[in-house]
Amino acid sequence: MSKISFSVNGEARVLELDTRTTLLDALREHLHLTGSKKGCDHGQCGACTVMVDGRRINSCLTLAVMHEGDEITTIEGLGSPENLHPMQAAFVRHDGYQCGYCTPGQICSSVAVLEEIKAGIPSHVTADLGAAPQVTADEIRERMSGNICRCGAYSNIVEAITEVAERQA
Amino acid sequence: MKPFTYERAASPAEAAAAVARTPGAKFIAGGTNLLDLMKLQIEAPTHLIDVNGLALDKIEPTAEGGLRIGALVRNTDLAADARVRRDYALLSRALLAGASGQLRNKATTAGNLLQRTRCPYFYDTNQPCNKRQPGSGCSAIGGFSRQLAVVGHSEACIATNPSDMAVAMRALDAVVETVKADGTTRAIPIAEFHRLPGDTPQIETALEPGELITAVVLPPPIGGTQIYRKVRDRASYAFALVSVAAVVQRDGRGRVALGGVAHKPWRVEAAEAELPRGARPAMAAILADARPTHENAFKVTLAERTLHAVLAEARG
Amino acid sequence: MKFDTPATTNPIDQLKVVGQPLDRIDGRLKTTGQAPYAYEHHDAVRDAAYGYVVGAAIAKGRITSMDTAAARQAPGVLAIVTHENAGPLGKGSMNTAKLLGGPEVDHYHQAIAVVVAETFEQARDAAAQIRVDYAEAEGAFDLAAARDTAKKVNQSASSVGDFEGAFASAPVQLDATYTTPDQSHAMMEPHASIAAWDGDQVVVWTSNQMIDWGAGDLAKTLNMPKEKVRLISPFIGGGFGGKLFLRSDALMAALGARAARRPVKVALQRPLMMNNTTHRPATIQRIRIGTGRDGRITAIGHESWSGDQPDGQPEIAADQTKLLYAGANRLTQLRLAVLDLPEGNAMRAPGEAPGLMALEIAMDEMAEKLGMDPVEFRVINDTQVDPNDPSRPFSQRQLVECLRIGAERFGWSRRNAQPGQAREGRWLTGMGVAAAFRNNLVMKSGARVRLDSRGEVTVETDMTDIGTGSYTIIAQTAAEMMGVGIDKVTVRLGDSSFPVSAGSGGQWGANSSTAGVYAACVKLREAVARKLGFNSAEAVFTDGQVRSGNRIVPLAEAAGRDGIVVEDSIEFGDLSKRYQQSTFGSHFVEVAVDAATGEVRIRRMLAVCAAGRILNPKTARSQVIGAMTMGVGAALMEELAVDKRRGFFVNHDLASYEVPVHADIPHQEVVFLDETDPVSSPMKAKGVGELGLCGVGAAIANAIYNATGVRVRDYPITLDKYLDRLPELA
Repeated sequence: MSKISFSVNGEARVLELDTRTTLLDALREHLHLTGSKKGCDHGQCGACTVMVDGRRINSCLTLAVMHEGDEITTIEGLGSPENLHPMQAAFVRHDGYQCGYCTPGQICSSVAVLEEIKAGIPSHVTADLGAAPQVTADEIRERMSGNICRCGAYSNIVEAITEVAERQA
Repeated sequence: MKPFTYERAASPAEAAAAVARTPGAKFIAGGTNLLDLMKLQIEAPTHLIDVNGLALDKIEPTAEGGLRIGALVRNTDLAADARVRRDYALLSRALLAGASGQLRNKATTAGNLLQRTRCPYFYDTNQPCNKRQPGSGCSAIGGFSRQLAVVGHSEACIATNPSDMAVAMRALDAVVETVKADGTTRAIPIAEFHRLPGDTPQIETALEPGELITAVVLPPPIGGTQIYRKVRDRASYAFALVSVAAVVQRDGRGRVALGGVAHKPWRVEAAEAELPRGARPAMAAILADARPTHENAFKVTLAERTLHAVLAEARG
Repeated sequence: MKFDTPATTNPIDQLKVVGQPLDRIDGRLKTTGQAPYAYEHHDAVRDAAYGYVVGAAIAKGRITSMDTAAARQAPGVLAIVTHENAGPLGKGSMNTAKLLGGPEVDHYHQAIAVVVAETFEQARDAAAQIRVDYAEAEGAFDLAAARDTAKKVNQSASSVGDFEGAFASAPVQLDATYTTPDQSHAMMEPHASIAAWDGDQVVVWTSNQMIDWGAGDLAKTLNMPKEKVRLISPFIGGGFGGKLFLRSDALMAALGARAARRPVKVALQRPLMMNNTTHRPATIQRIRIGTGRDGRITAIGHESWSGDQPDGQPEIAADQTKLLYAGANRLTQLRLAVLDLPEGNAMRAPGEAPGLMALEIAMDEMAEKLGMDPVEFRVINDTQVDPNDPSRPFSQRQLVECLRIGAERFGWSRRNAQPGQAREGRWLTGMGVAAAFRNNLVMKSGARVRLDSRGEVTVETDMTDIGTGSYTIIAQTAAEMMGVGIDKVTVRLGDSSFPVSAGSGGQWGANSSTAGVYAACVKLREAVARKLGFNSAEAVFTDGQVRSGNRIVPLAEAAGRDGIVVEDSIEFGDLSKRYQQSTFGSHFVEVAVDAATGEVRIRRMLAVCAAGRILNPKTARSQVIGAMTMGVGAALMEELAVDKRRGFFVNHDLASYEVPVHADIPHQEVVFLDETDPVSSPMKAKGVGELGLCGVGAAIANAIYNATGVRVRDYPITLDKYLDRLPELA
């Protein structure tokens, strides 16, 4: 067992955990924040995507004990049913989901993707490594490819993200 | 996953010493490969030494005009570094072709070099695998081998190395810097870092027990047109069938390393003299020793055709 | 309510709410992570222990010994259930292989134990400490090798006229064989359940498409009365047929909870899923088509071979060929081999999905032989009646319109009929078309509706929403019927204590379940009218009021303090015998193929669907684009690789069984033809969720052929199958 303190969605949390507990299981089973999903538990689907210190990661492939002092943002921290984050609202408007199981991960990833493009981080489809990447459909698709949606809402998700990006611009 | 104890390392030398003196201890950095394998009990460390707190996350110029990349530099940061994008575009491209945004945010430079094979038989603990359980046999031989090695493999193992980054590092003649348990340091040329399987596929690198990677050093930039071309079954978030890392100079000379074909990034320096003559003679020389299976023979053709496309792109 | 004559005008036809592209009513919950899935009912179940499933390490044989001693001693372990201590178990009527194996092992990763511990980490570790010895038996794992042992499946065979004779004498002939691989549903939410016993009753929060089937089969497996089993499944993280039936997660949770005397939660670990659960079986399909020189089909034959566990079922890949095209001489035949691979069963559009992957390549090949445009070839072979029984008309059949409108919208006329000719830089480009066809099935479906003193309506039915939009279209139906806004409707789904519904499968869910809600609402309207003394035929429900003549009563007042509750179901008569009910569509695809590497990129996709009334164009469109995406997977990458020596699917995780990612999918267009089908139900709707998948794979295959000139008849169309036939590189 190991004691760990971190902040989740702005709230300080202290947990006494088996060292084997992943960040994902700490969130879901110990803090009952079940918005982050376990789709594969092996970094192969993206359903568990959360942001740690502003960067998106697969919470299934990291141990909770490795996050002492970190700031973690989950889907619950982005918005609530009564007060949706603009990305959540765009997903609803564009029907950017079906079964909903990959959705929190898609939304966390979407928010981070727009930040990554703003920060100038290139992607596999960025044509010119010397230039700042732009928000294009191809850039969004490539960057979102770590979030699998078996229901196949991709086309709508890209439209939702594009709409949010345009409004931010 | 077996129970383990956990500590945060205070310095690289102490970390190395701690792993060496604790049976079953392992370093953990990004964890994206290790935890995956621990969940399946393919890896079962009894003690984890978290090296994330070691200040090995800088990219700095070397006196020789190259770059020293700290072992803990995340794949995203390495790919996005302005100097890497300008002078080592091959490396940036290779990194961006691998994994997903989430994984690249966590995965480290050293961890990427150490990632283990994706051979499905290695991943299934019910199946014999010499790499996972030495002496148990190789189920991949005679099994589903479409993704597996076509060259440099052995009777014991036909696994491939899944890294994209390492292929670029190989083409760029990177050097791996380490600290050993006794506190001494050494520099291992990337060509000598990864091993072929031979009779001991469980031994994948030149690292000694407890030896910790502290940095990867890139020699001064070599210019040229740098192209990393990865061919896979889906457009993203997939391991390579074949990848080609190439640096092509104006006169047609250059370097080529291949991913997805062998137990390590595959480069045959002697064959590079053929490059100015075209993809076919060059690949014939690079893969002269290829012994593919029925299922992966296409990789030989694919490697040649991909190199052809790369050379055409380099010519502009 | 019995539905046995075609629908006439009814309140649904107002289309104030039904037919509108409304946002999902569960959207806010899903996008904020507040929708509870099976493993997440922390509020309802406190103190749940964790179960971890152990799968068999061999494909076929016998467990000779199980050593659980170390696991039992492991920290936190509360119970271990195996065949040795599970007690006598039955087998669900929908299951082919047993869900708890041992001592006989029927397939790889068949569950043979569940370890229950205080924590997930403890359960997982203890599970790895169980030692099992096996006596392996020989098995059959290779469909091609078993092909000649396959037995004819006679109940689905059909023969009209003299197929062999007509084919032999046809001036233009095609005789080609196609293969489709084993595929995995690979839904994002693993099969998961929480079981809690209270005396001899058990409640299982689970992820299941068909609540009543699941409750019945869990009761049957546990040898207990169905009334003592309650299943609750409000949100389902994808199913695609993989969650139609009771699976091992629910059984293991129930057995583990009984043994541990604690609620137990179990989620199948992802690497176990592909072999533990069901899959779409591989097929070998031989198609023969004979035509006159004018392109009219005179003979059409479709035979399909597939395999399954003993007493299993065939993949019904030839059935659509009975109905899709005209032709006087016809033959379809299925053959089934016994294989010892995991259980084959339904996956989205069972039958038609793999069947059309083959048939619609064959149609493309035939059009080319005839020198005809593939759209025209399909158009001239349209039929408006069941070719097996011309007295049966199709209730609606707009296949020709789907093809024509699609061709127009897609710019089909720009396609170069000569393959391998269009080139843009490094890319070879091509277009492909395929017809889409899926039968429309109807299922009895019930609902309970309550009108309360606030004038609000609550619908309860055991119908499920697997991403299909059931919550929303049911709310739309109730709102339309009762004349209230959708915000005044609450929908509660997926609970076996609610009236039995059609469930989600076979694309029958939307039409049947809303028809059941319609029936209940008709009854509720009658009850309201009766209570107010209105003539129910004349009562108008609108704007939260009920009106008759010059009397206007708010629904809240009509409901009174106690409200009004009614229950009814829709039952379907023989209309589906008198009319052939099917859904139709067309798929158009443009691809680019890298001339050097053979990598395929899909540039454009269009589906045109004629599927009766579209209850919600927004959610229906999502069903279709999702199906198109799955079709991309089927065409280009999805294959469970069989190890034919050891008898298992080797690529059993989401890294090695590749499904499409964002980067594989372009913008997708969907057109719904304006159609109502009064024969289908009072809703006049049909289904689209499976139609959208039918034919996509072939449209892609045909586009790749058009781009490259290389015909691949074995799915998935991966580059290794055509690389050596691409143009020589200069």
